[in-house]
Amino acid sequence: MTQLSRRQVLLASGAVLIVSAAEAADSQSVRGQPASSARRWGLLIDTAKCAADCTICVDACKAEMGLTGHDRPLTDAQYVRKVNVKDPASGHTHSLPVMCQHCAKPPCVDVCPTGASMKRADGIVLVDRHICIGCRYCMMACPYKARSFAHEAQTGQQPHLPRGKGTVEGCTLCVHRVDEGRPPACVEACAAKAKGAMLFGDLKDSSSDIARRVAREATSRIRADLGLDPAVRYQGI
Amino acid sequence: MVKTRYSEVKAFTPGWLALAGGLGAVIVAALGAVWYMEHNGHWVTGMTNQVVWGVPHVFAVFLIVAASGALNIASMGSVFGREPYQPLGRMSGLVAVALLAGGLAVLVLDLGRPDRLVVAMTHFNFKSIFAWNVILYSGFFAVVGVYLWTMMDWRMKRFYKPAALGAFLWRLILTTGTGSIFGFLAAREAYGAAVMAPLFIAMSFAYGLAIFMLVLVFAGKTTRRPVGDDLLARMIRLLGLFVAANLYFVVIHHLTQLYFAGRGGVEAFILAGGGVYTTLFWVVQVGLGGILPLVIAFAGCKHPPRRRAVMASLLVVVGGLAQVYVLIIGGQAWPLDLFPGMETWSSFADGRIHAYVPTLAEVMLGLGGVAIAAIIVLMFVTVLRFLPDDMGSMQ
Repeated sequence: MTQLSRRQVLLASGAVLIVSAAEAADSQSVRGQPASSARRWGLLIDTAKCAADCTICVDACKAEMGLTGHDRPLTDAQYVRKVNVKDPASGHTHSLPVMCQHCAKPPCVDVCPTGASMKRADGIVLVDRHICIGCRYCMMACPYKARSFAHEAQTGQQPHLPRGKGTVEGCTLCVHRVDEGRPPACVEACAAKAKGAMLFGDLKDSSSDIARRVAREATSRIRADLGLDPAVRYQGI
Repeated sequence: MVKTRYSEVKAFTPGWLALAGGLGAVIVAALGAVWYMEHNGHWVTGMTNQVVWGVPHVFAVFLIVAASGALNIASMGSVFGREPYQPLGRMSGLVAVALLAGGLAVLVLDLGRPDRLVVAMTHFNFKSIFAWNVILYSGFFAVVGVYLWTMMDWRMKRFYKPAALGAFLWRLILTTGTGSIFGFLAAREAYGAAVMAPLFIAMSFAYGLAIFMLVLVFAGKTTRRPVGDDLLARMIRLLGLFVAANLYFVVIHHLTQLYFAGRGGVEAFILAGGGVYTTLFWVVQVGLGGILPLVIAFAGCKHPPRRRAVMASLLVVVGGLAQVYVLIIGGQAWPLDLFPGMETWSSFADGRIHAYVPTLAEVMLGLGGVAIAAIIVLMFVTVLRFLPDDMGSMQ
């Protein structure tokens, strides 16, 4: 058996340290990558697959985000809700989930006095709860009624979504999951427990399912007339 | 020309103590209301995720808008050279900054996180009209402060005219900014109109002058300083003009709204079927706060000027509060239209009229703002020479 000199042991242990550090850095480079404008995360929702009485996406959102609520519907937060739409002329009714539409030109970001409402490079619109002063001007400006105000102290919070009384909050597109390479909770739940009406992906990646379907099929956006360029597209509305 | 003499109000008289004590009590009650609302969170108020701005905003906007209008008397004397108004310039500047301070106090104390005021003063998103208003409001104190200095210190007299012009322009921009808070909201059908800026300027002219006249008459009566009938008659006519301008922009706004087919719903709500909002609009805003002051000003009302001034001013204040209430609360009560032409409903109150009932705490906070403005005026007229000994009775 070859005897290892003290010098060789030191070198070998150094190499182990360097390699393990490099491996750690490599996994960090996926997880901790900064948001890039080369991506634009979005959703495509097929309302034909969305049953009126199904609230699986809403329930999944509540569980993921720790939205326990206080049984006060007018003041409890709702990041995603099912909106029922009826054509008064024909009587035709359909149902669809509505959440923050992660606009390319978000009015909430425009009006926010402190810059707490912000858009990441990859298009996800968020609220920086550290500098939100709770003025609620973003709620006045949002055409989608997508934001909620934390009207009281919150319990059952999730580590990835600290919530503070007196600040404004809304759908984050599950940014904590997206940054780990996972889809938003609503999308995952809809695929697993319902009819898979929601498709998540990078609208700028022409090889992604969502980009290919948006290029191939007719899709529409809620209040497209406002020119906000939402990242959430719908079929069947 | 008679040289104007100014003097302080005598402190610690029974009347002074009663007034200061009363205002102090209102402020303490308002602070109690703030503690209650902030400690529990906004769910204890009438505000919800649907009606996000409530009665505190009505008071705040009313006071802020009135603040810029209260400066008009000073501007009339300095910028437009109307001599009868010149002795009242100091008082006009003081009432203006006091009203602004009261309004801002209400606005800040209704924030979800009033403790983060320093964040609002250090983080600016320059695309936000709100952020610009933070600068415009802070600047108003400085600009009017300098203006008052040039009025009260003879060594600064040479800066009087430029300071007056600067303050006048600043106040116009400030009210444009306040109106644009609503004017820039594209998705809310009740707002989203450029006319909001001039409408708010007209509102400010009327509210500010009305409050100033009430302060003047009250100060004249309680400190035994004669207020001239000619001056009051002149101010009533001016108030009539401002009320007419306000009504004009209200008509233009609603005519434009009615012309757009997509906004017929919100117009029908405010003007015809909106319950309390419709009543407040027609009876209080237009009737009591618009038509009646015009009658008092121009239709040969035979009461003495002081009584006419008080009646017209009180009506304009009450009508103004109703106007801001209908604008802010009524505008939010009408739901956002995510799917134009469709009927909608959801667990988040989509597609239905949103209810709002103000709570006592909210009203108390609003009244606290009024009391803060009043106590600022009282303190300053006590320690500095703001009030002329003779308020126009010699002319």
